[in-house]
Amino acid sequence: MRFLLIEDNEQLAEAVVDRLMLDGHVVDHAPDIQTGHDFTATTSYDLILLDIMLPDGDGRTFLARHRKQEESTPVIVLTARSEVADRVGLLDLGADDYMVKPIDFSELEARCRAVMRRRGGAAQNLLTLGNLRFDSLSGTLKLPDQDIQLRTRELRLFEVLANAPGQVFSKSTLVDRLFSYDEDVTENAIEVYIGRLRRHLEASTVKITTIRGLGYKLEVA
Amino acid sequence: MSTPVAHGSIRRRLLLSLLASAAVLAIVVYFVVQSVARQVAQESQDNVLTASALSILDSARLSGGEISIDLPYSALSMLDSISDERVFYAIRLENEFLSGYADLPEAKENGAVSPAYLSAMFLGEEVRVATVRRRMSTDTGRSFLKVTVAQTLSGQKQTLARISRTSMGIGAGFFLVWVLLAALISRSTIRPLDRLTSSVSRRGPKDLRPVAAPVPSEMVPLVASLNSFMRRLQQSLMRSEDFIAEAAHRVRTPLAVVRTKAEVAQRKSDDPETRKALREMIRAIDDSSRTAGQLLDHAMVTFRLDHLAREEISLHRLVHDTVERMRPTSELKDVTLEATEVETAVIKGDPILVQNALHNLLDNAVKYSPSGAEILVALTTTDDGATISVNDTGPGFQTDELDELPKRFARGANTQDIVGSGLGLTIAKEVVEAHGGTLHITNNPGGGACVSLLFPSS
Amino acid sequence: MRQFALSIVLIFAAGWASAFEAEEVARFGPSDSDSELRIISTADIAFFEPMISSFLASVPGTAIEYTVVSSSELQKAIVDEGEAFDVAVSSAMDLQTKLANDGWAQRFTPGSTSALPDWAVWNDMLFAFTQEPAAIVVSKSGFGDLPLPESRNDLINLLRQHPDLFRGRVGTYDVRQSGLGYLFATQDTRASEIYWRLTEVMGGLDAQLYCCSSDMIDAVKSGDLLIAYNVLGSYAINREDRDEFAIILPADFTTVMLRTALIPSNAPSSELAALFLDHLMTRSHGQDAQLLTNPALDLSQNEAALNRIRIGPGLLVFLDQLKKRAFLSEWESAILQK
Repeated sequence: MRFLLIEDNEQLAEAVVDRLMLDGHVVDHAPDIQTGHDFTATTSYDLILLDIMLPDGDGRTFLARHRKQEESTPVIVLTARSEVADRVGLLDLGADDYMVKPIDFSELEARCRAVMRRRGGAAQNLLTLGNLRFDSLSGTLKLPDQDIQLRTRELRLFEVLANAPGQVFSKSTLVDRLFSYDEDVTENAIEVYIGRLRRHLEASTVKITTIRGLGYKLEVA
Repeated sequence: MSTPVAHGSIRRRLLLSLLASAAVLAIVVYFVVQSVARQVAQESQDNVLTASALSILDSARLSGGEISIDLPYSALSMLDSISDERVFYAIRLENEFLSGYADLPEAKENGAVSPAYLSAMFLGEEVRVATVRRRMSTDTGRSFLKVTVAQTLSGQKQTLARISRTSMGIGAGFFLVWVLLAALISRSTIRPLDRLTSSVSRRGPKDLRPVAAPVPSEMVPLVASLNSFMRRLQQSLMRSEDFIAEAAHRVRTPLAVVRTKAEVAQRKSDDPETRKALREMIRAIDDSSRTAGQLLDHAMVTFRLDHLAREEISLHRLVHDTVERMRPTSELKDVTLEATEVETAVIKGDPILVQNALHNLLDNAVKYSPSGAEILVALTTTDDGATISVNDTGPGFQTDELDELPKRFARGANTQDIVGSGLGLTIAKEVVEAHGGTLHITNNPGGGACVSLLFPSS
Repeated sequence: MRQFALSIVLIFAAGWASAFEAEEVARFGPSDSDSELRIISTADIAFFEPMISSFLASVPGTAIEYTVVSSSELQKAIVDEGEAFDVAVSSAMDLQTKLANDGWAQRFTPGSTSALPDWAVWNDMLFAFTQEPAAIVVSKSGFGDLPLPESRNDLINLLRQHPDLFRGRVGTYDVRQSGLGYLFATQDTRASEIYWRLTEVMGGLDAQLYCCSSDMIDAVKSGDLLIAYNVLGSYAINREDRDEFAIILPADFTTVMLRTALIPSNAPSSELAALFLDHLMTRSHGQDAQLLTNPALDLSQNEAALNRIRIGPGLLVFLDQLKKRAFLSEWESAILQK
């Protein structure tokens, strides 16, 4: 996905860009509102992450102009304030969602998905693997004779594996991607979800292979 | 709020001073009327005495060098015409007594002015005496014929008594009219104060605009002080709000940087020890940011509770929004969050606070529920009010700590090391109580906890 | 009233060792009484006795000493000699007024004030209890067919038409001797000029002059007089031989004398005197009055013509010596026609 991050704190922006790139996203960074508008004028983004306190104004002024130009790119506001007053105002101004700093990237991912889903999925969100099509927004596996609705963790596990077919993911990496940091889970918990996915994939040409001692990879026959 | 100590009343003081001045004026009026009347009565008596004396003087004739006086009947009877009076007279030619009462004192003239008057005692009673004179030529030369007429004062006294009663009546009437006027005056004087009071007390809790309505000049300093006080209060309130916002920003931004960097480092590292350390670090950061968040939430709640807004809140919309907002977080944990059975309910209050309270309850429920658990939110209404209840299938609370939980920083014993602080329930409880409601915590019979907020119908 | 054992002591003037001349002294009530009311009066005992009896009946244990004097002697007793009387009763309104005006009377508020007519009280000192008109008394037998005069005008015309019949047979008061005569005469002059015309007519007819009403009536009865002018009507009507003459109240105006009472300032028993005056006034006014005067002389029929002498300082005018001298000289020239 292509993100635009509008955030004046250089350190935070750098860290967020690094973090999102780890998940394979493309991120542009704008340090102020004006630069943000410059970016949106030239590039099309899947999502805009907007800080609310910016050197050249309030994030709300960006939102207002953004919506006035009938830009459809969803916006998730990042705010240091948990105060709901701001949130309510933001949603009224056209923000799609908001998150309180510090950002839990698992939550960000979930919220992105929720926003996309609300916006109605775009075509590029359909991934074809063999005889299987995967709609990541709705979390559906479309097989020739049936559709399978994945549950949240199954979906995220499949997404991780399907974004890089053939790549081996260790159990610990997968735990990181599936569980939030406040959950104490053993690496064996992954095996439960691998097992469930394999059952869903039985009728397809897609398989999850175990590489002993290293982890799992997705293969398309 | 403490009631200001009342010491005296302007209205009463005004009324009393008006009445006191009215009483003084009434007494003055009484004495002035009486003294004027006394003078008038005296003058009219003097006039009658003069008329009587002059009619006697006019009847004097010189015949053959001798003075003859034909005392007119009316000269004496006129003095008795209105009230019964004792009447005395004396007719003298210079100092020679001609007729009447020889001992009757004579009013001495001031210079040439005639008639002259005198108040004296005669034959055991107070009398008013008038003396008139005329120059006559007799055999023995020119000399003054002097007629003195005197009269008792019973009529004058009656008149004075009547006038005294009348002036007493006038004084009393004046006083009564003044009492009415004083009541009106004091009321109308106080009215701008009453108007100011009601215009200030009618305002909403957030309305700190200066008083702009015109006030009497005497009240300008008071209103100026009031306006300046409100300006300072508003500044102070804005500073508090700004402080909370600033504090949140200052605390959360560095935490965000650290957490993100730690996450990146953790993802890049292959060393299990490092990964474990970084994971613990991230959890510590989450813990402190959550604590900071709740502290700031609590500060905000406390601040807003001091000036509780009374807007209409659609509880059903609020419940839906808050649940929707929480759903991504719950899905992350594979926890089902559903709003079941939402009835329509409207209460008066601060929507931000109520949403914050519900958010904290849901946050707690999601945090403390294991993967695969269910959280059901319901909004039900009865005659007593509206109840938002949050049921979960989590571990529930220990029964011996149900009362302690909503106290600040109290955390359940079985939360192990799940990130969070005990403030969530405290906030919810304070908010619902500020709206006149109650917070109930129970354990469901089938396991799990139920936290409910009861808002009384307004 | 008659059940009282009245002890009447008659003391004749000669026997009275006092400077003023008492005509009669009578005593009523128990002789051992410790409270005694002394009345000095110009009224005959017989005239006043009903009032005394009724008072004694209402206040038992009280005695009354009643002294009859002439009006000038009354003045003398009170003013010159300071004799201690509790009540002074007189028909001489002018003298009574002068007594009160000069401070010889004390004030007293009668219990029945509201029931009393205005003319009956002066200055809370002087109280009138009779109304006695001056009348024309005519001999019925001497008049024969002649019409009775109804007014002074009638009288003047009658006298002028029959000068020979009336010459020397017309009588009136000698105002120089009689205080009452003087009072009637002066009040007549105040009421109308006709008095002087009548006086001149009478003077032209050689009018006879008398000291008192009784002498005039006796003269009418005896035939010496055909007409007596300004006779005290109340006296005439009380006479037993009243059928022998006609009593005429002149229709033009009838001068009315008021008999008055006062409490002298030196009254020893002023409280008892007040009681007596209350009694006197209550019985003399109002609808239940029991008048001392004969009811046959009904004044109410003649109300419009009544010239009630008003008590007040006006009465002092004709007591003024200059005024009196002037009046008498005018009167003498009218009646004596020297």
